[in-house]
Amino acid sequence: MLDPERGLSLTIARVVQRLQGSSLHSQLERQARVNLHKPEIKLESLKEDIKDFLKTSGWEKKLQNAVYSELNVFPSPCHPAAPPEHIKEPLAYMRKAQGSWEKRILKSLNSMCTELNIPLAQKRPANEQKELLNKWNEMGTDEPDLSLFRPVYAPKDFLEVLMNLRNPNYENGEQPSFRNHLGLIQVPLKVKDIPELKEDFSELGLNIGQLGIDDSAQVPPEFFENEHVRVGQKVLAEQDSAAAQQYVRQGCPTALRADLWALILNISNQPEDILYYEQLKSNVIQHNLLVDSLIYKDVKLTASNDDYYFVFEDYLYQVLLCFSRDTSVLEHFTYSSATPPKSYIQGKLGMEEYAVFYPPNGVIPFHGFSMYVAPLCFLYHEPSKLYQIFREMYVRFFFRLHSISSHPSGIVSLCLLFETLLQTHLPQLFYHLREIGAQPLRISFKWMVRAFSGYLATDQLLLLWDRILGYNSLEILAVLAAAVFAFRAVNLMEVTSLAAAEAVLADLSTLKVMPLLQIFLFATVT
Amino acid sequence: MSGAAGPGPPAGPGRSPLPCAPRPAAPLQLAGGAEPARPGVAVIDLRFPRGAAADVQEIVFRNFYTAFLSVRVQRPGPGGSRRWMTCLRDLCLMPCPHTEEGSQDYFCLHRHQMLCDVDQVTAMRFILRQPSPVWLHFTIEDLQIFPPGQKSPQKDFPSWLSQLTPPEQPASLHGELPDPEKVSTEVQQMWVLTEVIRARQAAARIGRFDVDGCYDVNLLSYT
Repeated sequence: MLDPERGLSLTIARVVQRLQGSSLHSQLERQARVNLHKPEIKLESLKEDIKDFLKTSGWEKKLQNAVYSELNVFPSPCHPAAPPEHIKEPLAYMRKAQGSWEKRILKSLNSMCTELNIPLAQKRPANEQKELLNKWNEMGTDEPDLSLFRPVYAPKDFLEVLMNLRNPNYENGEQPSFRNHLGLIQVPLKVKDIPELKEDFSELGLNIGQLGIDDSAQVPPEFFENEHVRVGQKVLAEQDSAAAQQYVRQGCPTALRADLWALILNISNQPEDILYYEQLKSNVIQHNLLVDSLIYKDVKLTASNDDYYFVFEDYLYQVLLCFSRDTSVLEHFTYSSATPPKSYIQGKLGMEEYAVFYPPNGVIPFHGFSMYVAPLCFLYHEPSKLYQIFREMYVRFFFRLHSISSHPSGIVSLCLLFETLLQTHLPQLFYHLREIGAQPLRISFKWMVRAFSGYLATDQLLLLWDRILGYNSLEILAVLAAAVFAFRAVNLMEVTSLAAAEAVLADLSTLKVMPLLQIFLFATVT
Repeated sequence: MSGAAGPGPPAGPGRSPLPCAPRPAAPLQLAGGAEPARPGVAVIDLRFPRGAAADVQEIVFRNFYTAFLSVRVQRPGPGGSRRWMTCLRDLCLMPCPHTEEGSQDYFCLHRHQMLCDVDQVTAMRFILRQPSPVWLHFTIEDLQIFPPGQKSPQKDFPSWLSQLTPPEQPASLHGELPDPEKVSTEVQQMWVLTEVIRARQAAARIGRFDVDGCYDVNLLSYT
């Protein structure tokens, strides 16, 4: 807790510090220097003239976008007395729970290494390097024997951990009381109720035009769509991240989505970014990691079996293998409750100068991880751009879906929000499902962990992710999960087992996301 | 990222808290009540050693499930007496007392937030309230009191960043030598620039994950 003035100056200091090392900084400097020689720059008003030049030439906009992106990604600074772990996660028991969950993952990975007698990482022999380079664009044709590998964990295992999460300072009596939640999540986090959500998501209201809804009764939908496309083109022409973020709250026209998302995420795919991607690629070629096999296995188990995504198999390998080597991903651990696994170079155990992170990006993939990338393949065909968009989506959003934290977009809050919404709005349904042993969260958890990727039809999924980007929050996932239950409430009231309830909700590919969200948030009497 | 404070007792740059000995939080007890009830109110008393009086600039602490905080200070009153005064009344630390928000956050109370003067304070009393019965304990931790004046000016970025060299008349080379003081400041500025550039290079991402070209790893470390 800081007074606003001091918080602001801390934020400014941080943004300045971060931008100083960026390539944007050197570009600005170069532009300013080149401009010094122009005749219209006067020595008397040097500073003002240069400022004017940067404004008119569009560089100021780029700087604005960079600042906006920093503000979106990094949490607002807390008190300077707060130690770094407090920034990662303010609640001590959550930090502890995340720590022991990580330890479990490490143990599982280590025992896999020992059982299969393979190292975590080693250099590829020269001939293998060459071979891999040759088939870089068709890695999917490779059929290595991965029967011995198993995913390190699946969403199901993670849910078990979240169910057992308790605050030691909370009255967790043996007897059920008003203090116990009826759902699976037992931590007393603050989640929003419908009036608060209505206010937050006001742009999704009934009398505001939405892409993804055909209310063609009186007004032809083209009316809104054409106007919306026109505005979208204007936003793109302005190259303003903040405007783009506001715009996508009403949905992106398909033709503009790729560019608008890139603008919001501040990804421009400059030559140096392409170079960086090539560097990652050569790192993949040089070293063979155990996580590569986990990635292969995951793609084969998930995306390759998906009607929409199997065509992107090769893209997925490229992006995910490069991702695992990207040390810039480590930066997100400053604001994530997770900590990257550590190891030592072979034979140098315990020597700090030989300590390394494993994998180099610090992220161990789990069952379904590749589904975070798959939908993006519809939007970006250039691997380096696809890669950057995915990395940015991961460090802004997706990491929160598989780490234990109290953040409002963290998976624990999402689970609790889902359970609370369902319980308040459909108490009978909630009670019924609970009584037959089909706790709703057991069904919806996997949807939320994957941000619905692989469950919804692609066009619907992209409309949903539009809103994630637009509101810079994952809370919409929990709202949608509750809305799906509400939509199927009549059928669910008739089931008598978990399996039957799962069957009712097995196929979400026919659902229309936006009408469901609208009805649940705005058309239900509360 | 924070960089502001390392582990150990949190302290701002270049300042130290006043020595003081806060007592552990004592829950309010009803007279004759043997039952360990949860009254929802607790008190922390704090005295400065040897009866010394202190000027208070800032109070820093970490919350532990306290919802509202009041602070009273003992100050010299008229005629050499000592008077208790309330300098903070029911500051909300947890906006929704039944849920976690704010429950373990760090807080910093400034002099200007206080209701009365906080100079010449000889003792302080923190009155903690927690109306929600769901929490087993509540207190505040790592309590530190900072005196005024010590606070080093927080320079977040060097001033040369916001101030380019003022436009000057080109020094005429005929007749007089340039002012040595001016030359020296310019040289100093250039030196600062090179230092900054050097520091920045070290901070730049190199993107290497191997150590001397080697990334052969067998097992993960648990520590």
